[in-house]
Amino acid sequence: MTKGAETKKMKGRDIIIQSLEREGVEVIFGYPGGASMEIHQALALSKKIRLILPRHEQGGAFAAAGYARATGKPGVCLATSGPGATNLITGIMDSKMDSIPMIALTGQVPTSVMGGDAFQECDIVGATLPCVKHSYMVKDIDDIPAVIHEAFEIAITGRPGPVLIDFPKDIQQAETVPDFKKRIDRPGYNSKIGLEPSQIQLDKAIKLLLKAKRPLIYAGGGILSSHATEELHAFINKTGIPITTTVMGLGIYPEEDPLSLRMLGMHGAVYANIAINKADVVLAIGVRFDDRVTGKLSEFCKEAQFIHVDIDASEINKNITVEVPIQGDAKLVLQALCQGLKKLSIEDWVHQIQEWKKEFPLNYELNNENIVPQHVICELSRLAPRDAIISVGVGQHQMWAAQFYNFHTPRTWLCSSGLGSMGFGLPAAMGAAVAFPNRTVIDIDGDGSFLMNIQELQTLGEEKIPVKCVILNNQYLGMVAQWEDRFYESVRGHTFIGKTNFADIAKAFGLAGATITKPSEVEDGIKEMLKSKGAYVLDVKYPYDESAKGHVIPMIPGGKTYLDSIIHQGVSLRDYWKNKGS
Amino acid sequence: MKHTLTALVENEFGVLTRIAGLFSGRGYNIQSLTVAETLDPKVSRMTLVTSGSDPVIEQITKQLNKLVNVIKVQDVTMENPVDRILAIIRVVLNQKTRPEIIKAVGALGAEILDVDSKSCMIEVTGDENRIKSALHLFKPYGILDFVQTGEIALQRGKKT
Repeated sequence: MTKGAETKKMKGRDIIIQSLEREGVEVIFGYPGGASMEIHQALALSKKIRLILPRHEQGGAFAAAGYARATGKPGVCLATSGPGATNLITGIMDSKMDSIPMIALTGQVPTSVMGGDAFQECDIVGATLPCVKHSYMVKDIDDIPAVIHEAFEIAITGRPGPVLIDFPKDIQQAETVPDFKKRIDRPGYNSKIGLEPSQIQLDKAIKLLLKAKRPLIYAGGGILSSHATEELHAFINKTGIPITTTVMGLGIYPEEDPLSLRMLGMHGAVYANIAINKADVVLAIGVRFDDRVTGKLSEFCKEAQFIHVDIDASEINKNITVEVPIQGDAKLVLQALCQGLKKLSIEDWVHQIQEWKKEFPLNYELNNENIVPQHVICELSRLAPRDAIISVGVGQHQMWAAQFYNFHTPRTWLCSSGLGSMGFGLPAAMGAAVAFPNRTVIDIDGDGSFLMNIQELQTLGEEKIPVKCVILNNQYLGMVAQWEDRFYESVRGHTFIGKTNFADIAKAFGLAGATITKPSEVEDGIKEMLKSKGAYVLDVKYPYDESAKGHVIPMIPGGKTYLDSIIHQGVSLRDYWKNKGS
Repeated sequence: MKHTLTALVENEFGVLTRIAGLFSGRGYNIQSLTVAETLDPKVSRMTLVTSGSDPVIEQITKQLNKLVNVIKVQDVTMENPVDRILAIIRVVLNQKTRPEIIKAVGALGAEILDVDSKSCMIEVTGDENRIKSALHLFKPYGILDFVQTGEIALQRGKKT
């Protein structure tokens, strides 16, 4: 039997690294331990792969996700067996929810002791079953090259997602003559199938759009996965159909453009939520009708007919029944739709949308005494370079960033959207900054979220990764506190976390930092941070305000409709319209 | 409504767990599940009996199809498939009832597998209704034990 070009015996650990190099891996975020140190030994000798040591495996998983979100390439993380592996799980699930290509490598106890509750043993393949797109336990050293190759293919094709590979220690230590050309026969997975849309469905969609009087595009992360932003822009240029995006879709279309309605949903723009509920045809691309977008499903878009484009057949008709289902790659679908369409005569509709935009702008009130967090976001948006990459944690700061930062470039927004994992911002920014060492990467974080993976500040210092951290520090878990204010009479159920001086913490890790507390310090504080060479922590202190001013507004309360939107006037949209007599 | 799905899956470690996990994780119910190797030892055939509204069944089929190890899924419910369950029933038996039970076994086309002084073990093969009638028939004599396999099903040949 021929075994490729190789004739020399290699250790399993070296075959792993060479297989990863062959997939083009340039960086791994990995934390060593007994069951994975063999792989680290091999990595120490690799000239092609940089190993970044996160200070917690969860940080490693989020960093890999940040790398993947910013580049579109699979991010790779590595952990030892047992606790190392279980610490990856949140990051793996996060990537599953947001369809992010990720490869999670784990060491496992030797096969000879497996199943006997050995030290640091955990059935990580079993534990992660609901969190992965696919997973492997490699029990035969000869399978390593084929498994790694296939794992990358599965992670990146179709609907992307995380793939886990578990390597028992004895497999890492064994020796064989590797065959890097070997492939697995996989009759159940064909990455080419399901990409080409059905012509019949495309024709139906074109017919529906040509007749539409109030069409709207509702697009999301699928546009990024499909690398279809150019096709999206061409489609909008040609047809003139306005667009609103999900939180995953921020950056796929410039938000300054008159046809952009920014983000829709629970904390989306009021005009976006009105528009989608008044639309007669909604072209939904690479979105999944999440409850944070639809609110009460039975009341969502009652006047609309849906065209739903998704590469994953199981997304179509999952939450909502659609008139025209199109399974396919968003890029190919948009090209085909663009060809079949012309400029639509929808001037009245576009004009109406501009009116709503004027009537319900996203805004906030400035304050002479205290810093207003939304203003910090606006200033960052104004002062940061146009190609800056923004990452966020989860909570009020995340939604303010989504609302007030102006996104115009794809893959500049790293946000744990589906899973909503606090602690995502700092490590994700780290991953992106490793991928793009010459771009500005800013973690806009909350104090609660930042504390969850604060250990990665040490990584920033040691690895010289110049992430800028802006912490909107109000001593509260603001989003939950906001719900307490609105729905629980402000009873505080453990949402106060207390004082932290993040600039002092930065200094303890050897990083630069500053604290600002006055509105007059915002602009200079941000400029100083952006000017700095290395990692930097800007601690923005402001008090939590339990009035509407301190809340993320607009807001559609969970399970309600757009008419229940709490708008800036402090009333619901329904009452506002009633009072206005329209 | 009851649906019978058949799936060809890779005969590989962990495939059954993935499928069972998908059902429990997404809250679908499984009435029965049988799985065994096909003529190709690399492939197993699975017959799943589940119930749910049409959208739920559509989701189950699509979610199963998404699994990397699943080769093909078919909902054969509407195609009037041949489906079979094998059941073994242990029935109380005495001198008086013995002839009646033997007669009933013959009438059902069932088979007696084992007899002792107090009971006999009867094998019945058939669709769900046939198993139900057998149970109904033997109940008056006293049923000591009952075990059945899950359903297996195969599409009928295409009529031209």
